[in-house]
Amino acid sequence: MAADTEVPPIVEMRGITIRFPGVLALDDVDFLLRPGEIHSLMGENGAGKSTLIKALTGVYAVDSGTITVAGERRTFTSTADAQAAGISTVYQEVNLCPNLTVGENVMLGHEPRRGSAIDWRATHAQADRHLRGLGMEVDPRSLLSTHSIAIQQLVAISRAMVLESKVLILDEPTSSLDRDEVEQLFGVIRELRNSGVAILFVSHFLDQVYEISDRITVLRNGALVGSYPIGDLPRDALVTKMIGRELDDLEALSRSAHRAIDRTGEPVLRAEGVGRRGVLEPADLEVYTGEVVGLAGLLGSGRTELVRLLYGADRPDHGHVTVNGKAARITSPRHAIDRRISFSSEDRRGEGIVADLTVAENIVLGIQARKGWMRKIRKAEQDAVVAEYIEALGVKPADPQLVVANLSGGNQQKVLLARWLATAPELLVLDEPTRGIDVGAKADIQHKVSELSAQGLSVIFISSELEEVLRLAQRIAVLRDRRKIGELDSGEVDLDGLIDYLANEGKGSAA
Amino acid sequence: MKNFWRHRLFWPAAALVALVTINAIARPTFLKITMQDGELYGALIDILRNSATLMLVALGMTIVIATRGIDLSVGAVMAVSGAVALTIIDGSPDPGGVGTVLVAVAFALLVSLVLGAWNGFLVSALGIQPIVATLVLMLAGRGVALLITGGFITTVNSDPLSFIASGYLTVLPFAFFISVAAIATLAVVERRTALGVLTEAVGINPEASRLAGVRSRGIIWGAYMVSGVLAGLAGVIYASNIKAADANAAGFLIELYAILAVVLGGTSLAGGKFSIAGTVIGVLIIQTLDSTILFLGVPSAQSPVFFAFVVVAVVVLQSPRTRNALRALGGSMSRGGPTVSRTEAEVAR
Amino acid sequence: MSATMTHPVAVERPTSKYQSFLSRRAGMMPTFAAVAILAVLLACAEAFLRGDFLSPGNISALLLDNAYLLILAVGMTFVILTAGIDLSVGSVMAFTGILGAQLLASGVPAWLAVVVMLAGGAVIGLLIGVLVQYFSVQPFIASLAGLFLARGLAYVVSLSSIKVEDPAILWLQTNRIRLGDWYITPTGIIALLAVAVAAFALHLTRFGRTIYAIGGNEQSARLMGLEVARTKVSAYVISGFCGGLSGLVLTAYSGAGYPRNGIGTELDAIAAVVIGGTLLIGGRGYVLGSLVGVFVYGTIKTIISFMGAEQSWMQIIIGSLLLLVIVVQRAIVARSERRR
Repeated sequence: MAADTEVPPIVEMRGITIRFPGVLALDDVDFLLRPGEIHSLMGENGAGKSTLIKALTGVYAVDSGTITVAGERRTFTSTADAQAAGISTVYQEVNLCPNLTVGENVMLGHEPRRGSAIDWRATHAQADRHLRGLGMEVDPRSLLSTHSIAIQQLVAISRAMVLESKVLILDEPTSSLDRDEVEQLFGVIRELRNSGVAILFVSHFLDQVYEISDRITVLRNGALVGSYPIGDLPRDALVTKMIGRELDDLEALSRSAHRAIDRTGEPVLRAEGVGRRGVLEPADLEVYTGEVVGLAGLLGSGRTELVRLLYGADRPDHGHVTVNGKAARITSPRHAIDRRISFSSEDRRGEGIVADLTVAENIVLGIQARKGWMRKIRKAEQDAVVAEYIEALGVKPADPQLVVANLSGGNQQKVLLARWLATAPELLVLDEPTRGIDVGAKADIQHKVSELSAQGLSVIFISSELEEVLRLAQRIAVLRDRRKIGELDSGEVDLDGLIDYLANEGKGSAA
Repeated sequence: MKNFWRHRLFWPAAALVALVTINAIARPTFLKITMQDGELYGALIDILRNSATLMLVALGMTIVIATRGIDLSVGAVMAVSGAVALTIIDGSPDPGGVGTVLVAVAFALLVSLVLGAWNGFLVSALGIQPIVATLVLMLAGRGVALLITGGFITTVNSDPLSFIASGYLTVLPFAFFISVAAIATLAVVERRTALGVLTEAVGINPEASRLAGVRSRGIIWGAYMVSGVLAGLAGVIYASNIKAADANAAGFLIELYAILAVVLGGTSLAGGKFSIAGTVIGVLIIQTLDSTILFLGVPSAQSPVFFAFVVVAVVVLQSPRTRNALRALGGSMSRGGPTVSRTEAEVAR
Repeated sequence: MSATMTHPVAVERPTSKYQSFLSRRAGMMPTFAAVAILAVLLACAEAFLRGDFLSPGNISALLLDNAYLLILAVGMTFVILTAGIDLSVGSVMAFTGILGAQLLASGVPAWLAVVVMLAGGAVIGLLIGVLVQYFSVQPFIASLAGLFLARGLAYVVSLSSIKVEDPAILWLQTNRIRLGDWYITPTGIIALLAVAVAAFALHLTRFGRTIYAIGGNEQSARLMGLEVARTKVSAYVISGFCGGLSGLVLTAYSGAGYPRNGIGTELDAIAAVVIGGTLLIGGRGYVLGSLVGVFVYGTIKTIISFMGAEQSWMQIIIGSLLLLVIVVQRAIVARSERRR
């Protein structure tokens, strides 16, 4: 299925160089995309992936180099320009209008008209045809906002089809999809590929990249590393090319899972029947001192919902919780923090960092909130705490006065970790702390979690990467369809076993 | 020192200095301060005294804006506060008594606090957009004030009341001391405690702040209450100045001037980072401009035209597009961070 | 391009008529609520006041007395649908009104005066739109500048009221076209025409759909390749133009231009639009809803004057009604957020 190299490329980018003030974002990069291939663009954060895409879609102007589309030299000055030339993009956050109907979102700007009036009947009929073309049975007159993210993403792709796109760019399209939805999406992508569309795919999920790609191009630090057919590039070789060093670092992290945990006394946290109607069926969970409990499950399985209920970010309507043996009513984050529970949300930008404040202010925010506004932490004390955690977690650049929005995703995550560690929690809840960050920062964070738990910190760890959960957690609670389906001892299960459990356990049996 | 002209208060301060300089050149009496019976008089003193109402309202507005909010009801709260105070004084057997006035003022402030709490309730507890939530009181408030005064303009003769706006404490107007006290209290509370940074955190990212354990609901609620009380105090000063409660004229358009003062002072309407000093400068700019316009012999009704040009000039100068253009002119001299300038370019796009 | 799948990969069809209605028409709920409010108001007025409240004469008067507000609300609907706001309209109405009166008084032909009024409103709208779109100024602040400018200019034109004696302008109000007990004047026709043209533009043209798209998600609209910049500026120009038109109608209605006209009228217009079911977050609402909102406003005003109550009650009732509507809207939005 790999694209025949004889097929002339539909997109040919040569010697692309883009300079931002003080930074060489892309340095003489070549990139070829052929019709009928699924081509993955890989690289760490800051490698230049999104800059390259933005150059191709007319968001950024190139400083030097040429872009040729279907044999014609092009200079795009807007996304509309690029779209007109047949290049469409589907983003991670679906870029459609939730207040309009599905059909209108598909057809917007291309509605059939009679005179100057839009012919709505024809518009919806055409939209329906395009949706069915992708195998979607969706009412084109229903509002977009009434559908799941996965459907919305497919609607976005339908829109690209209306534009007769020859090139489809999928930028992290699977981040918020569950496994079935990813399969749906991949089915559509393959069909499109077979019909001759060139597809540029960007994802952080290695599995998905290997499942769907025909070809991989690797960027590092703004420069081209190389472009390879998928068969010529084993995973470890890919990772090596992406980070420029061997994978040993990550693998060397011994499975802290094997550490023995004393489960005889009172657990730090004991939750019994905690749930909320329509959100999560009542579930039990215990976390002991020094233990890392992993929560495994697909997105929407209830893993995030469970920890949000435990933390009081959402209000539970069932169950009770004890902390260190004492009954605790936790209905707001304050209650949890007062009982030395900390929670780092999966949504780093939306619910984590306070973008316009400095690194230092972000780190002390947790302690300050705990002390209340009346008692301000003294400057010297602040500086000491901030310096300690910047050092301990390796925040880069190590400038406490830098505005946190200017840091990379991985370093923002470290700042958040610092905020929570500074509050000296007994239980730390980490929801997807390593998502969307580069491999180096990921390893740093995993090391830190392992190290702290060895020193007695209890951790609830959520990650979409099951290997990561297996590596860090001693015990794994598995959730599916908003229900906890069981617990596994990570010493007794491997990745395949976990996947099997997650997918099949308890199906058909009376719960 | 190199960062001096990059300081965010540089431009507001420069504008104020320029305005004062132009005035000083155009009318030599502008800077002249005379001593009469141990009290100071002059154009500058007038500016300080007359700015009191706007200063109080703008200070409250600054805190509300920092939480991502806006308080459109301040003018209506002023009207209600003045109506309450004067109705009490008018109905008392001893309108000239200090005690009467104190009780009346205290009661007016209490009512204003309740109105502020009402706004805060709509915004922080019900989650209604601040513009809409405060629009309710903005519309209904003047009606309430009219009901209190029975549809008339209540006038009273009370020396202690007049003292609030027109009296002198030692050599300076009493109203000036009220502004200074309000500025000092706010500045100390915001910067000496953690309230300032927590307010900014709530304004920048409410959800992250909530999860970090910040009592954001309380902080937002409190901001509207502060705004309410300060507007109430401004209402009392206004009523004291005209010795009457005029439900229609009290605080008319003041919400707009207050917002203008906050923006002139460099606080973004998007919330987050705020500057009390900036707002003080903003208020002084507006008041000086007002004095200038009056001096030029322009009927005060026409002065909005000037303010329109000020608003346009300020927002255009502050816009990313203009800054990028200026930076491009500055060429290699610019030392702006790479990420920042790029994001601004995107915003402008 | 034709990719045809043999098996459906995603099936999300509503199963019942009720669900289908909800998934299609959820956005109309606030407007239905506005119609319900109007019906209740009219029924109450009919029942508790004199029995002849719902007479053709009264309804006709309702339209004529509020024609100026209806026109402002139409323009405001465009702006609010883009998630913006235009505080300048009341002042623009006053400015164009007094400007027209002054021009007529100094002998300018009526047609030219009308053109200048409409253009004057549109230019102020253009200024606001350019500030919003090209200088990233918040609509609130940009239209605030427009308010100051227009109000100040109104006083620059004249500090006091100017009587209009031009027969052509006065004809707009005095010429009553009767149909049985119903009647309408050219000002009323202008207002209804404004609603009709706006409804057509918003629902049946690409321009109108772009307005909705911008209100739904501006970033998306831009990435979809729509003409965001031009459309957004146009919304403010339309609002300014409506301000000018409203100035004309009010001048004809009152027979004079007055620089103190329309103080706070922008709030009435916003209230009418919001009560009519258009959400201030943009992208949801209908211009016909704004028509209903203006009728609600006008009915309350009429009821209050029937009862001989004080003017202050008008402000309090409109404020309370606004509160009711936004709390209900908030509840609707909160429910739809929870569902996702």
